[in-house]
Amino acid sequence: MVTYNLIGAGLIVIGAGFGLGQIGGKAMEGIARQPEAAGKIQTAMIIVAALLEGLAFGALILGK
Amino acid sequence: METLLNDFSPGLFAVQTVLLLLLIFLMVKFAWKPIISSLTEREEGIQGALDAAEKARREMANLQADNQKLLQEARLERETMIKEARELKTKMIAEAEAEAQVQANKMIIQAQAAIESEKKAAMAELKSQVAGLSLEIAEKVVRKELSNKDKQLELVESMLGEATLN
Amino acid sequence: MRIFQQSFKFLALTVLVFLSTTIYAQSSHEDGGQIDTREEVDAYISHHLQDSHDFTFFSYTSDEGERKHAGFPLPMILWSSDGLVTFMSSEFHHNDDGHVIVEKNGLKFAKIHSKIYELEAGATAVNFDAEHHATNGARVLDFSITKSVVGILVIGLLMFFWFVRLAKQYKTKKIPTGFGRVLEPLVLYVRDEIARPNIGEKHYRKFTGYLLTVFFFIWLLNMVGLTPLGFNVTGQIAVTACLAIFTLIIYAVSGNKDFWMHILWMPGVPILIRPILAVIELVGTFIIKPFSLLVRLFANITAGHTVIMALIAIMFVMKDTLGVAGATGLSFILSVLIMFIEVLVAFLQAYIFTMLSALFIGMAVAEHDHEHDHKVVDAEDVRSDFV
Repeated sequence: MVTYNLIGAGLIVIGAGFGLGQIGGKAMEGIARQPEAAGKIQTAMIIVAALLEGLAFGALILGK
Repeated sequence: METLLNDFSPGLFAVQTVLLLLLIFLMVKFAWKPIISSLTEREEGIQGALDAAEKARREMANLQADNQKLLQEARLERETMIKEARELKTKMIAEAEAEAQVQANKMIIQAQAAIESEKKAAMAELKSQVAGLSLEIAEKVVRKELSNKDKQLELVESMLGEATLN
Repeated sequence: MRIFQQSFKFLALTVLVFLSTTIYAQSSHEDGGQIDTREEVDAYISHHLQDSHDFTFFSYTSDEGERKHAGFPLPMILWSSDGLVTFMSSEFHHNDDGHVIVEKNGLKFAKIHSKIYELEAGATAVNFDAEHHATNGARVLDFSITKSVVGILVIGLLMFFWFVRLAKQYKTKKIPTGFGRVLEPLVLYVRDEIARPNIGEKHYRKFTGYLLTVFFFIWLLNMVGLTPLGFNVTGQIAVTACLAIFTLIIYAVSGNKDFWMHILWMPGVPILIRPILAVIELVGTFIIKPFSLLVRLFANITAGHTVIMALIAIMFVMKDTLGVAGATGLSFILSVLIMFIEVLVAFLQAYIFTMLSALFIGMAVAEHDHEHDHKVVDAEDVRSDFV
């Protein structure tokens, strides 16, 4: 039982990590393309990252 | 999830609710309201000062532009005045020159006329004097010579001859 | 300078309270002694993550082999089957596994993993089942002044003290001096970077007070959690749940007609889909949003505390493999690095909680244009919006 939970947690972390990587990478691209919009991109990035984080934590905690 | 629910303490939740409500109430009443209102007031003050400065700057610029215009006009006026004066001067000089020329010509003509008339008068007098003189001489000669008839004739003859020759 | 002196006085007072602590012995020896093995470390960490009924600074084993704790007990306020019961937590003698039974008003209480159980009538000891759950006791409502409550009170007082001083400074001068100069930009940051852009120019004023309170409350408690005082307030699910429910109530109460319309009867979609969407929206608005808020904060702080304590535990656990100096050095370097990240996380979580609260409130009070005319957005317009 514990092992399955750990596998699930690993999957969640992989997914969340991939998602965070995408968010961060795209935000960097956006900032590089339009440095003057850095503030807005950062805010949007943090919001999306926080939503993703909430999802990941929710899944982790539900599985615990 | 089970551990999570197990760890949830309803008592702590209740205490926290009461304390948070109290904290929000106290902070809003005694801290945030005065802080935010003074911050807003200050910001409005700064905005007002900036606006006033901007207005003053614009007015200053207007004033400067006016000054510039005035200066330009004055300069233009001065230039026209100078130009007019210069024109007047040349005109006056030209007129004076012309008048002087006319005067001089007139004077020259008058002088020439005077010289001519003086010359004529002098010639006439000279002629009359020469005539008188010659008459006197002739009288003397005649008086002297009339004693001798032949000689008178001869003289008359020669004189006549001379006179015609003359 | 003066505010620093004042703060210092306040802290000195707090320290004085701490110094008036008693050192008292623990009767049972079961969880006493040093912590060496993985299991003990795990137990210690999970014990730390729980709320505590007494305030312990440090524990040591005396020459007589007795486990002693430096700290002070906190009052217990329990709502039992027989009404309110109060006593000091020292009566449990630091026991946390239900072996010490306190009798009050004819009722028997036992403390198991920071949770208070009221024993059934006639029982003299706690019976455990195979999964270590008490079988002959029921949990009571525990309104005790626990360590977390002490943390909330201390931080609440500190916040009140700081910001009221700042508010008073504005009466005499335009620009605050001293510590107020640190606080003012933070207030401005929350107002201008969190409340204003997310809620909108028209409505943000009403909610700024709540957002500011919550921001500083979470941030300071997160920071206090990083000190060796051992607070874990924002890692208590009850505390974060309370905060999230406050946000939920605020945005549910201040939601306008449009907000409810978009939840219950979404305009612009086929009639048949609307009830399904209504269910999804209701679940999203009333369960998922607050749940994600409370779980995010709780999980981040819990994870931070766990990681730091685990890294510190490297010192004991890897003593044999790396040697004392190696284990200590490794543990020190790693925990210092993680500590930096945790300081960042402490701020970031306060920021995210406040920002998402502001965002949710902003969604509830936003005024939509009813026509929903989907005009084609020109790329140039978007760019000009950004620039």
